[in-house]
Amino acid sequence: MATTTSSPPSDTSAPARPAGRSARRRGDGRFVLACLLPALVLFVLFMVVPTVNVFRMSFYTWSGFSPDMRFVGFDNFTQLFEDAQFVRAFQNTVALLVVVTVVTMGMGLFLAAIMTRQRLRGRNFYRFVLYVPNVLSVVVIAAIFSAIYDQQNGLLNGTLRLLSLDGLQQVWLGDQDIVLWSVAIAMVWQSLGYYMVLYMSSMASIPEELYEASGLDGASPTRQFFSITLPLIWQNLRTTLTFFVMSAVNLSFVLVRAMTGGGPDGSSEVLLSYMYKQAYTNSSYGYGMAIGVVIFAFSFLVSLLVSRATRREPLQF
Amino acid sequence: MTTITTPRNRGDRPRAGRVLTYLLVIAIALAIAVPVAWVLLASLKQKSEFYGSPWTLPEGLHLQNYVDAFFTAHMGQYFFTSVLVTLLGLAFVLAVSVPAAYVIARYEFRGRAFIEVALLAGLFVNVNYIVVPIFLMLVGWDRALVDVLPGGFFIDNPGVLSLVYAATSIPFSIYLLTAYFRSIPTSYEEAAALDGASRFQIMTRVMLPIARPAVVTVILFNFLAYWNDFIIALTLLPGEGKTLQVGLLNLMTAQKAAADYGRLYAGMVIVIVPVLILYALIQRRLIAGMSSGGVKG
Repeated sequence: MATTTSSPPSDTSAPARPAGRSARRRGDGRFVLACLLPALVLFVLFMVVPTVNVFRMSFYTWSGFSPDMRFVGFDNFTQLFEDAQFVRAFQNTVALLVVVTVVTMGMGLFLAAIMTRQRLRGRNFYRFVLYVPNVLSVVVIAAIFSAIYDQQNGLLNGTLRLLSLDGLQQVWLGDQDIVLWSVAIAMVWQSLGYYMVLYMSSMASIPEELYEASGLDGASPTRQFFSITLPLIWQNLRTTLTFFVMSAVNLSFVLVRAMTGGGPDGSSEVLLSYMYKQAYTNSSYGYGMAIGVVIFAFSFLVSLLVSRATRREPLQF
Repeated sequence: MTTITTPRNRGDRPRAGRVLTYLLVIAIALAIAVPVAWVLLASLKQKSEFYGSPWTLPEGLHLQNYVDAFFTAHMGQYFFTSVLVTLLGLAFVLAVSVPAAYVIARYEFRGRAFIEVALLAGLFVNVNYIVVPIFLMLVGWDRALVDVLPGGFFIDNPGVLSLVYAATSIPFSIYLLTAYFRSIPTSYEEAAALDGASRFQIMTRVMLPIARPAVVTVILFNFLAYWNDFIIALTLLPGEGKTLQVGLLNLMTAQKAAADYGRLYAGMVIVIVPVLILYALIQRRLIAGMSSGGVKG
């Protein structure tokens, strides 16, 4: 993908490495160390150590503030699978992942395809608008959707009342059967534009001749999408899909944390929010970290599966 | 007439499709723009105007909401904290990532491959997973230092928060900067070395200016990440000095109890507007950076 950031001013054909670099000069070592050390110290201190601690603490029971820390082996994990609330949080996470991934990816691809292929007038403007949610914070999005879903004076129920469709009014965030869907819609609203823009930029690099040639052969736009566009951006699609899983696990958490707090009665709880609740509200840090380990393993496994299942021979154009 | 109808007939189906396409795209754009615009308008309404139809325009400019949000709800003070934390975080992350990325890109040294792999793995560790251990670690440090600093130092410290922000975005920043430094021809450095420039001068005076596009991309993405974060801020600043996002979260909770919509919407506008202005100014660069930096969700 050729973009502004990946093409610096280059007026020379670059040699692989200057002679002066590969042959080490005196003092190189100290310079390297001085440049590298601050970043490494911060990285180890605030990323490596905490990550190791997640795994380590999952084998202990610990209330956090007392020095009493007891090794319990895999007890936390066996306990997890008998914990109905955990199972529910797991199911909710999976449901959100599947629904939001399918809808976001599908709509993102479709919109990107019609925006690039049909050359819509004003598409830069639409792209601008659709990308806006991606720069808003999750708290703001949660607040916007709370305003939309508000039971009394919300945008949704207010409009339904105005249209005399009072029967369709719902307690969007207070009904156990609906709340997860309400969260899913907010998630799609947040991420749709991002993926559309991403796919637009990879579709823009497909040569126009392919479409012209197949058009002369009588291929319909739908046929072109499935036979040209999709195969040629497949690698890009794979990467985004793999990352999407991880970011959706996070997004569902921050959104649930800000919008519903996991309620009503745990019906919108997701894995990370349950971990957070166990750690802070319940002060069961060991148990919370066992949930963290499960999330790590889960998102890693899903990413791996997605990447395996979507493997194809890369196509070139 | 017949000569005109024939081509029109042939074009009918695509034209109908085109109209449908427009309608769909416009509908989706509206679904995104309307709620945001609605919040902007609602922030100017008086309390009584929130009952009844949500589609009425505000009767007047009820700016009292903003005064309430800014002073009574302390959003002004939180705004200042957010600016401070974001700027400090950006300063920290650039100060440590630029030199590290430069030597990784340009110098051969033992353990380089290992460091690169470790940083790459760091890309996959989301902050949300590790915020609990970070919090406990900082609490532990505070407890260890209780004799020297009885008030505590690490928790409720905006400087420490920005250091954590910087640390957690190091993998992404180094990844992006290293790739860019590698793409710069080495002839610039050779020329500077022949002129007698020191290693440090070559890095700061020669390479840094050339790498400006990558630095700008790093600043943009990290700015959004720091400014928009609330999980880390909520955890590490539990006291009075909150960031804007946490303040807004409090306003949301308060609104649920008191139905004080105006203040909440005004608070939201205070949070949204700086980001929207920035976005409008730099959207081209943001989108270009997005596709070059790979995916960062």
